[in-house]
Amino acid sequence: MTMQVKLRDPTAESASVRRSRLAPPPSLDGRTVALMDIGKSRGGEFIDRLEGHFRKAGVATKRYAKPTNTKVAPTALMQQIAAEAQIAVIALSD
Amino acid sequence: MTDNLPRDGFVIVAKRDCPTCVMVEPVMRSLDRAGPLAVVSQDDPTFPAGVRAVIDDHDLERSFHLKVETVPTLIRFKDGREVERTVGWDRKEWTRLAGAAAVGDGLPDWQPGCGSKSVEPGVHEALIARYGEPGLKSRQISVGNWDDPIEACFERGWSDGLPVVPPTDERILRMLGGTERKPDEVVGLIPPNLAPCTVEKVAINAVMAGCKPEYMPVVLGVLEAALDPLFVLHGLLCTTHFSGPLVIINGPIARAIGMNSGINALGQGNRANATIGRALQLIVRNVGGGLPGAIDRATLGNPGKYTFCFAEDESDPVWEPLSVRRGIAPGKSAVTLFHGEGVHGFIDQKSRTPEELVRSLALGLFGVGHPKLCDAGNAVLVLTPEHYKIFKDGGWDRRRIENELYLALKRPGRDLVWGAQGVAEGLPPKYADQIVDKFQPDGVLIVRAGGEAGLFSAIIGGWPGQRVREECQAVTREIRL
Repeated sequence: MTMQVKLRDPTAESASVRRSRLAPPPSLDGRTVALMDIGKSRGGEFIDRLEGHFRKAGVATKRYAKPTNTKVAPTALMQQIAAEAQIAVIALSD
Repeated sequence: MTDNLPRDGFVIVAKRDCPTCVMVEPVMRSLDRAGPLAVVSQDDPTFPAGVRAVIDDHDLERSFHLKVETVPTLIRFKDGREVERTVGWDRKEWTRLAGAAAVGDGLPDWQPGCGSKSVEPGVHEALIARYGEPGLKSRQISVGNWDDPIEACFERGWSDGLPVVPPTDERILRMLGGTERKPDEVVGLIPPNLAPCTVEKVAINAVMAGCKPEYMPVVLGVLEAALDPLFVLHGLLCTTHFSGPLVIINGPIARAIGMNSGINALGQGNRANATIGRALQLIVRNVGGGLPGAIDRATLGNPGKYTFCFAEDESDPVWEPLSVRRGIAPGKSAVTLFHGEGVHGFIDQKSRTPEELVRSLALGLFGVGHPKLCDAGNAVLVLTPEHYKIFKDGGWDRRRIENELYLALKRPGRDLVWGAQGVAEGLPPKYADQIVDKFQPDGVLIVRAGGEAGLFSAIIGGWPGQRVREECQAVTREIRL
């Protein structure tokens, strides 16, 4: 059993407790979409279909894959995606 | 929390580590035979031997809820409520509460008890955090069961780039124990956001910086000095210049909390030096919102913006400490805040007289900002023991050194104007016929610090914002203990 750690906010509390997600980009123009296959079975097929849709829309994509779906992506892979793309689709999840 | 305690009977809170508790072990057995009794045992569930209801209180939850400060404590319960108690061993009191079974034949009439484990320093605060009401106002942030709290602090942007100590209630309460000031007292408005900063927020950031509770009066004093309008913290924060707050501590508090004024005083390795300076920076970052790259526009910054804090060496009774020079009564603890850039090492292994050394130091000090600029910021001169000895042996005290340095730091303007010496930078042409001071008359703050060996001193340049003296100065304040 783990104990949940609770911290006290050291800030002036002008931001919300829960951090909101980044806003979606207003447009995909000029951006590269990373398509990361997380390694689940037939995930590649799903990514293929997505890639087709992006291509049809004229959006650049790059393919990536996690070595295994059982672990988080290696840091080097996440750094590579951050360096090469502005948007990421991580699929396929259960 | 009184479950498993007798509704009508007695409770004794004890620990084996207490000689008085051990002494009254036969009395506890006697009381057990006489009627309902539960013994809450703080450190050993096999103690006392021969008593049927011994409650293991290693986690001290029961002791905390029973508000026990001394062991043994004998408490009488009636209808599930405490009606009276006595502490330590006092035959009259024990027999008054519990009757003949508590006589304790052969024992002395009286023997004081020991402190309860539940009120040991640090423990009490931990128990409040676990079982009580901490009374903290800052909102709680839950960290996922499998997440690292240190990483959670990084992710929320609470760190200066180094790991911080996660601010749990337990640690915050301990930190607040270092001051008598109320947690909800507002210390001031922290720039750039001018956000109110309570003592509680100071404590949280002091925890994160790695401070010990006894540093709290110093951290609070440093913050108050930094918030003096004359220090212009907001301007220092958003400058493109290198400078950040340099903290110099004087007086008995520096020795009491083990600050370093000796070997490597400006370097790493001393907890108080390192964490007090860091606490100030974390408060500015977290409470004030002063983030590098946002309002902090430093072109390069300097490593002292993680932390820059040391104490003055006051071991020589004839030396007038910096705080006294700046108006604080002798023997009082004080903080001086200066807008300091990095440390510039100054080497002079040849000077043997004060006159030689002061001329040499002036050459070094001319370099602050730019050798051809004047009044572009003041300076701190950290005199090490070997350099100080030259002055002392020559009969020069602080005032004499200051005066002689001021005179040595005058130069003909013709050497400094734009283009002079083939260097574009410098002073406007109007200074060509003047003798120009490098610094303001009180612009060099001399501090003694450093190890015994080394004919070096340190020059810490100031901030060009200091040139408008009536608007911006170093600040010295007494620390409220």
